[in-house]
Amino acid sequence: MKKKLVNNPDHVVVEMVEGIVMERPEKIEKLDDFNVVVRKDAPLEKVALVSGGGSGHEPSHAGYVGEGMLDAAVAGDVFTSPTPDAVFEAIKAVDGGQGVLLIVKNYTGDIMNFEMAADMAEAEGIEVDHVVVNDDVAVEDSLYTTGRRGVAGTVFVHKIAGAKAAAGGKLSEVKSAAEKVIANVRTKGMALYPCRVPSADESTFKLEEDEMELGIGIHGEPGTERTKVKKADEVVDDLLGSVLSDISFKNGDEVALMVNGMGGTPLMELYIANRRAHQILEDKGIKVYKNFVGEFMTSLEMAGMSITLLKLDKELKELLDAPTDINLMK
Amino acid sequence: MTEKIKDIFMKISDVIIENKKYLTELDSAIGDGDHGINMSRGFKKVKEKLSSNDYEKNSDLVKTVAMTLISTVGGAAGPLYGTAFLNVSKVIPEAEFDIDAAIEIGESAINGIQKRGKAEQGEKTMLDAIMPAVESLRESKEKNLELKDALEECKKAAEEGMKATIPMQATKGRASYLGERSKGHQDPGATSSYLIIKTIVDEINK
Repeated sequence: MKKKLVNNPDHVVVEMVEGIVMERPEKIEKLDDFNVVVRKDAPLEKVALVSGGGSGHEPSHAGYVGEGMLDAAVAGDVFTSPTPDAVFEAIKAVDGGQGVLLIVKNYTGDIMNFEMAADMAEAEGIEVDHVVVNDDVAVEDSLYTTGRRGVAGTVFVHKIAGAKAAAGGKLSEVKSAAEKVIANVRTKGMALYPCRVPSADESTFKLEEDEMELGIGIHGEPGTERTKVKKADEVVDDLLGSVLSDISFKNGDEVALMVNGMGGTPLMELYIANRRAHQILEDKGIKVYKNFVGEFMTSLEMAGMSITLLKLDKELKELLDAPTDINLMK
Repeated sequence: MTEKIKDIFMKISDVIIENKKYLTELDSAIGDGDHGINMSRGFKKVKEKLSSNDYEKNSDLVKTVAMTLISTVGGAAGPLYGTAFLNVSKVIPEAEFDIDAAIEIGESAINGIQKRGKAEQGEKTMLDAIMPAVESLRESKEKNLELKDALEECKKAAEEGMKATIPMQATKGRASYLGERSKGHQDPGATSSYLIIKTIVDEINK
């Protein structure tokens, strides 16, 4: 996969961010000199939400900047955490005096850079707190690893914390809502074909023609198992099986189900997977309250998908249903 | 002496840029394959900054290097090297350089990296090259070695430390996701740290 639709590998992020704001010029804008997308009406008199991370996961995170979701998104280089100065600029741009919540995916680099930015903001008297999303069940969560990665479940954190902030929640309440999502959301992904970072000559990992990788990360981090390609239903059985065994579900529980394409997967295949996911959940007496199928947290042109379940209660359902102008999450 | 420090950082930048592909290959094996890309982007900017400015004090020059890395490298390497050099800028002598200064510089770099990364020696990180290097400086001081010889020993210790990461299992950073599978690969962070130490020693001793 040597071909890419780019101009210059060094300029992919800035050119993409410029394109993103041109799509919704009445709603969002780019900060000068930084790859930061902010709401045009920011700062608002509410808790502000800032997220971000390496690029290559579009529409995450700039695609979620809007009413009822994020106030700002910081785009790092491809698969590379943004730098503290950029995160700091984002915080300053959207802080409306009610505090800022940073939503960080659990990667060593992201945590270090966002923490440095939080230190800088606090030194300027801005109230900042952060949550770390770690929904990937493929990683053993132990003292001997960096812990679970933050993947597609992050989008639910954006939606629900965003709704809480829009409803006038205090910083501590918005953080609690975000943490409730983190406690109840689980994801597992897989890949059929790898992706290639525009500035690199080779794919980030290799898969033989007849192989797939279960439990893959959104940067191509190795998963739990490399196996011969299986049928769609069997793949869903594995992914959803891991998710269901990681969190206790009982008959009658309600969930939000997300079937997420990694960037190079036809929607046809995602719907085939979605069908199987519904069958499994129905068998277990788990009700799909809301279903999301499409691309939410991608990995460049990687072919594959992830399945996310968010266990819902009354509060989470209300916040999930709250209005937003982000079409993907309506 | 500021000219000399500037020369050292210009040379470090060249070495990192030359090794972009090598570092990226090492990172592809156990990480996400961008260490060389990120480091070379940062050090290109360091070169640009240093060649377009004059510095009266070593501390200002090193601080510029630190802030440039923090704002351009990204990933984990940016905050780690940035914080290391920021700490170094606080202790680097303005006049004569001796083994005590070398030890203090090394220790301040380690403190910065540990503060950010919360890692210990033996976790397959850049510390596995840097900590043995600084330990060797302390031993050379005990033995009353000449600075020149002490620095050569320091370089050797960094290289051995880097190679010692090959059989290690990673418990920090992205490589830790691999668990057992991280064994058998040299750590890219330890490698870039070795390249930096080697270049500093070679420039001082040349």
